[in-house]
Formats: sequence, C-alpha cells, structure tokens
Amino acid sequence: MKLKNIINELNIKALSGQDQLDAEVKGAYTSDLLSDVIANSKADDLWITMQKHQNIIAVAKLKDLAGIILVNDREPDQETIKKAKDESFPLLATKLSAFEISGKLYTLLKGK
Amino acid sequence: MHAEAELSLNFEIKGKNFSQAGTISTKIKEILQELGIPMSIIRRTAIAAYEAEMNVVMYADRANLTLCLTPAGITISINDKGPGIEDIKQAMEEGFSTATDEIREMGFGAGMGLPNIKKNSDKMKISSIPGKGTSLDIFFSLSKVSEQ
Repeated sequence: MKLKNIINELNIKALSGQDQLDAEVKGAYTSDLLSDVIANSKADDLWITMQKHQNIIAVAKLKDLAGIILVNDREPDQETIKKAKDESFPLLATKLSAFEISGKLYTLLKGK
Repeated sequence: MHAEAELSLNFEIKGKNFSQAGTISTKIKEILQELGIPMSIIRRTAIAAYEAEMNVVMYADRANLTLCLTPAGITISINDKGPGIEDIKQAMEEGFSTATDEIREMGFGAGMGLPNIKKNSDKMKISSIPGKGTSLDIFFSLSKVSEQ
C-alpha cells in the first residue's frame, strides 16, 4: 500500500518528506531499541516508535525504511525534523499509542 | 589482505558525537551500492558497520575505520582510542552493556551491538587493551550470497 494512502486512512500527519509519499509500504516494525530496529526491520517498513532524537533518521535511511511514525503526538527534536527535511525523509506523527497504531496498520496491511 | 586490495578507503569516526553518528556507515552503504555489491551483502554490511560505528560514538574518543574491498570480500577494520573492553567474552553476550542511562534512554546500549555484528558478518575478530582501545575486524565474503 502506498504511504500516502496509509496517511489518509489512519489520519497520520506528515512532518517531512512530502515528496516521498508515493513509496510502497510493505510492513511495519514497532520498537524503541535502535539495535533491534537495525537488526530486525525490513526495507520498505514503516517504523513505529517514541524515539524522537536525530539518530532515528540515520537508522531509517540505512535500513531503507519507508518512514517513521512518532506515537503519542510526540514532537521530534529540532535536529530530527531538520535532518528529515534535509534528506527528504517521511517523518510522520500520530496521536495514537504504539499499540493502537500498530494494530490499525496491521489490519490495513495484512488483515481483513 | 590489504596487499591485494582493489579498493581501500579510510574514515575517521569521532567519539561522543551523536549528531554525526551513522554517517560513515551510510557512506559505506552508498559506496557498496555504487560498486554493485549484491543487496543481501550490503544489508548485512550496513548493519554491522552501523553497530561498530555506534560503539565508537558511544564509548571511544575516536577511531580510524578502513573499508577494504578484494575479490574475496569486504573487510571493515576499526581501531579506536578509548577505554577498551575488560572482558570481551562478556561483551559478546547478548544483553550485556556498560552503557549509561542517558545512552539507554536513546534506545542504544541494549547489549545487541557486538552480537549483531557477529550475526551479520562471516568473520569477526576483536581484541582490546583496557585503557587504550579496541580493534575490530569484520569480514563479509563475496563468494557466498546469503538469503536476506
């Protein structure tokens, strides 16, 4: 499913990377441990996390992730949003908790 | 291995510099992509390089990283100046970490770094002198194309 369709369906806000929303999302990974994401996420996943510091962008780019969803309406650090904008990487935000957005995204991508 | 190197590049990693963390491993990934290395190997190399780079950022003062490419494979060697590792066997255990609370709050220091490097590489050699620094050599074979 295209990232822009997910954003519309789940009422997610795109903070950056607006020109990358045509990307095809294959799955998602929910974790706040960066080594876990580095080891276990897959290319074209969305990463659901509460980590909001700038190092999340490097991790996501390194793993070719489709985007990062910050949960619980957490505002990214200034350096994070700057880095995401500079690299035109989709940094997204939702009011929902990690549990809720993971469940909704799972249903959207895998379930019926 | 260095003697027959087709390509050898040097990078400097600064310790305690979280704002630049990940730039060297991203650069390595880009170089390997440009050289047309199989994606399955690039993925493993990128994971190991990132973990190794983060170890320098989190613990050491600075390090020199060499990326060396031969027909046989990719070698990444990192020599750091830093506190070193007292007990390498313990450091290799999954979950063991000496990271500070601050580093853990950022989602690092889960004790997965060295095990991740071992898991994703074909050969790994680590040695350390406490109080001086750590040397890490990681090798990725180009003759074996792995699944994922």
